[in-house]
Amino acid sequence: MTEATGGIDFEDEGSGVVKKFMFVNRKAPYGTIYALESLEVVLISAAFDQDVSLVFMDDGIYQIVKGQHTKAIDVKNFSPTYRALEGYDIEKLYVDRDSLEQRGLTEDDLLVDVQVLDAAGMAKLMSEQDVVLSF
Amino acid sequence: MKFGILVNEGLYQHQASDTAYQFAKAAVEKGHEVPRIFFYHDGVYNSSSLTEPPQDDRNIVNRWAKLAKDHNIDLVVCVAAALRRGIKDENLAEGFRISGLGQLVEVGIQADRLVVFGD
Repeated sequence: MTEATGGIDFEDEGSGVVKKFMFVNRKAPYGTIYALESLEVVLISAAFDQDVSLVFMDDGIYQIVKGQHTKAIDVKNFSPTYRALEGYDIEKLYVDRDSLEQRGLTEDDLLVDVQVLDAAGMAKLMSEQDVVLSF
Repeated sequence: MKFGILVNEGLYQHQASDTAYQFAKAAVEKGHEVPRIFFYHDGVYNSSSLTEPPQDDRNIVNRWAKLAKDHNIDLVVCVAAALRRGIKDENLAEGFRISGLGQLVEVGIQADRLVVFGD
């Protein structure tokens, strides 16, 4: 382990420390690769048994909108993965209310069950996290 | 304090890589620890040994390598993001290593703060 980490002694991943990890998704699912690669980190963090939350705000809301068809742009539609998160015990999904309303969307338009929070609620939730990764 | 750093943008194109470097340098000079810097998304390009910036410009790749050597920082490039973009061991600059996303989660767990540099 020491050699692999460049001489730095990290404890084993099984150290039992559980931190609150929040992934803030702010970008549309296609157009840039942020959303897809963010999802890859989310799945890995679940494998480390961390306390994971996902937030969707701004254009990130579109990541979990129903009925995505990407054939015409020749990009993989990865939206079914969000429905599989439950299987990884990732069940804390939050959506920013303003972002949802500004885009003319409601919870019924979303692929997964979410909790809708106003800005104050979101700020409180973020302040309670140990690690916030924004993509 | 122990800082983990995540760099999400490519070099020269975006300021994130420069700011991350300045932050890491300032932190270690103030006596803080930076055990690991993780490169993700286009950030993986920070590790390309094929870059040749003009002589009168900063050399971002070499600058990372020197900082890492001077302060024993683990520079980790995400393997999945790297392979997508053509970064492999053959063209990986000195001082970097390619590994998995688990290394990012691990530093998130072990550091006091994880600081993200990106868009």
